[in-house]
Amino acid sequence: MNDMQLAASLERAPARYIPATKFGTTGFGFYVYLLSDAILFSALFATYAVLKTANAGGPTPQVLFDLKNVGVETACLLTSSFICGLAMQADEARNRTGVAIGLIAVFLLGVGFLSLEVREFAGMIHAGAGPQRSAFLSAFFALVGAHGLHITVGLAWIVLLLCHLGAMGFSASFRRRLFCFSLFWHVLDVVWIAIFTFVYLLGIQP
Amino acid sequence: MFGKLTLHDIPFDQPIVMGTCAGILVVGAFVLGLITYLKRWRWLWEEWITSVDHKRVGLMYIMLALVMLLRGFADAIMMRTQLAIAGGGHAGFLPPEHYNQIFSAHGTIMIFFVAMPFVVGLMNFVVPLQIGARDVAFPVLNSISFWLTAAGALLPNIALGVGEFARTGWLAYPPLSELAYSPGVGVDYYLVALQISGIGTLLSGINLVTTILKMRAPGMELGMMPVFTWTALGSNMLIVVSFPILTATFAMLMLDRYLGFHFFTNDAGGNPMMFINLIWTWGHPEVYILVLPAFGVFSEVIATFSGKPLFGYRSMVAATLVITILAFIVWMHHFFTMGAGANVNAFFGIATMVIAIPTGVKVFNWLFTMYGGRVRFDVPVLWTIGFMITFVIGGMTGVLLAVPSNDFLLHNSLFLIAHFHNVIIGGVLFGCFAGMNYWFPKAFGFTLEPRLGKAAFWCWFVGFYLAFMPLYVLGFLGMTRRMNHYDNPAWTSYLQVAWVGAILILLGIVLQIAQLVVSIRTRRQRLDLTGDPWNGRTFEWSVPSPPPAYNFAVEPVADGLDTYWRSKAARRAPAPIYQSIQLPENSPAGFLVAACAVACGFAVVWHIWWLALLGLVGGLGVMIASSWREHGEFVIPATEVARIERLARALPLKS
Repeated sequence: MNDMQLAASLERAPARYIPATKFGTTGFGFYVYLLSDAILFSALFATYAVLKTANAGGPTPQVLFDLKNVGVETACLLTSSFICGLAMQADEARNRTGVAIGLIAVFLLGVGFLSLEVREFAGMIHAGAGPQRSAFLSAFFALVGAHGLHITVGLAWIVLLLCHLGAMGFSASFRRRLFCFSLFWHVLDVVWIAIFTFVYLLGIQP
Repeated sequence: MFGKLTLHDIPFDQPIVMGTCAGILVVGAFVLGLITYLKRWRWLWEEWITSVDHKRVGLMYIMLALVMLLRGFADAIMMRTQLAIAGGGHAGFLPPEHYNQIFSAHGTIMIFFVAMPFVVGLMNFVVPLQIGARDVAFPVLNSISFWLTAAGALLPNIALGVGEFARTGWLAYPPLSELAYSPGVGVDYYLVALQISGIGTLLSGINLVTTILKMRAPGMELGMMPVFTWTALGSNMLIVVSFPILTATFAMLMLDRYLGFHFFTNDAGGNPMMFINLIWTWGHPEVYILVLPAFGVFSEVIATFSGKPLFGYRSMVAATLVITILAFIVWMHHFFTMGAGANVNAFFGIATMVIAIPTGVKVFNWLFTMYGGRVRFDVPVLWTIGFMITFVIGGMTGVLLAVPSNDFLLHNSLFLIAHFHNVIIGGVLFGCFAGMNYWFPKAFGFTLEPRLGKAAFWCWFVGFYLAFMPLYVLGFLGMTRRMNHYDNPAWTSYLQVAWVGAILILLGIVLQIAQLVVSIRTRRQRLDLTGDPWNGRTFEWSVPSPPPAYNFAVEPVADGLDTYWRSKAARRAPAPIYQSIQLPENSPAGFLVAACAVACGFAVVWHIWWLALLGLVGGLGVMIASSWREHGEFVIPATEVARIERLARALPLKS
């Protein structure tokens, strides 16, 4: 409903509840989607937890993981999230250039993260530690790969957002989408922190 | 070019399959020809296929469910016939490899493409009307959800004629469903179909949760929502929380089958029990996803036809939410025999028995609603009373199975088959039929013929008992599920009684089709001009039948439970002041995305990678293209609203 209708509803409704605005509805719906996405990741986490020790005589986490690489990945992602927050600030101020620069920076950091991840994966596969080697590696590639796939989708989304911004400016639908994107990006950060902790940090423990 | 697909994959040597395919093709060609002959293609495209109206989408869901019910039931009657004759040295008429596909397809279709679309369709149609909204939160997404479900439903039917379907049972347990033991395309068809429809269901769940929590009419606090809306909320929350697990689990099995991963394989550290745990953390909530809205239907029906407010509204809501939560901590009762240990089994056994408490609360609430009321025995009420009796029996056999020590004896026996048909037919399906008879006049503007409806009910009711009570006995006699033939003469007579029951159910289905045909032919005698044929209580009965595209000409305001019911008693009828109304425009996105999904899914099954890529790119392209539509809404001016309302309500023109 638009603002005028909302005001009319407010006048007529005696009680505490009134329907949400379109922005509120979209944002809420996207939160619900993100919740479902978190469940998807938790299924992958649970599988990883069960299969973590099932390395079938193959390489173990201690041998495979390189914390330096993961540290740079984490830095890329956390910085990108911070910049995403700044882009939202620029959106609040209707600063078109600020939003565009912010999104481009997020995009570049995302590409940086992704290329480090792809390099890590390629190195593991090259060393004979691909997902076919053991159940542990299957679970690892699926979990971390699912996160990487989300990042890839996020990058494509940034490109689309920039096109929308260029073509249509700060339309209502652009601001809704930007809000949803920023939620998406932050949640991917949260998922990554869980991966960083439970897969990598705890994984290299002897 | 065509991957693994060759002409040899079409089973020309199987007369039953080929006959069925020919039948489907002839009927399909007839329908397409009829549409062409009547010049209805444009109408079909504009009014239905591209419609984003929640009422149209809901009705399309239900039509899909009814068509697939025929397919699923055809499988059922073949199985019953096979078992009635395949004893004492006879092989029956279905060879084992065909029979295995039939029971797998039967389960898959009945749960995913009959029960789910029926329930989701009812929620789609009813919930926005009950909460006084003009549509769901995301109308285009709703259309996409439906078409993805339809795309998923199409694939098992393609599998009938091109290749084969899974032979692994309806949940495709590994290691049997792994490439080593199921090298054909059957399991791939199964996985791809359910992934596509699963995404549709998840999106629909997100949509309805948002609709219910954010788009209720002004004044309608949570504690004023109709019970059907409450159960829909519980059901859709379960969809949001459980379907991602299904997606993840099937994705892992696909990685095993397509890329040689080792999640559930026997070698390289894979763990098949992991699949069974994961699939049932989706699967048990799924049971409640289906049955909660059915509970909601019964609550609406029993209150309306008893002419009383529902007894114990607050306890009904509490029971619904308790079931929603408990649904997630009972999954392991599906495999007590895994050997998780006495304490784990005891926890899950007790948690399962605890569910009987909120369910019992509901049953007593329905009974007390009837007590002291003037109960009208219309068709929806017959289904409701039939449900109460049948579901209580099914619930009690469920409690028997919840005792782990019993379960070790009854696991995977026909006792289990009897139990879950007892609750799914007696609970979900009876609820869907009650809902169909109850809301049909709202959807189409005329009531369903009651005598044929009652006859259909009695055939289903008696047929159900004849078909499934013998299975309890057979379970005790040691007969296991998924048997193709047997050599124990003591079983034969029970299986023959069960066959008679299935025939009675067939008669019930025939009568239901007759009911639809007769009702449409004689609709002029049963027009619903008031919009409120049953003397209803909730907002959907305050609008004309069928409701106009915008549902409510004037947005209703809720001031408590059953606002509409109380407004009738108060005879408040202020002259409406119409305003212009914004509605979402039609969108072909759903249909196009689903077409791409079918192409992509079929290609993945047969390893036709170029087509898979094309389908994927096409689907994404449609989504991106539709994101450029800036407004997607049109306005119905106030004068037009007034005109529509005048026509619909046959009101005199007011200057």
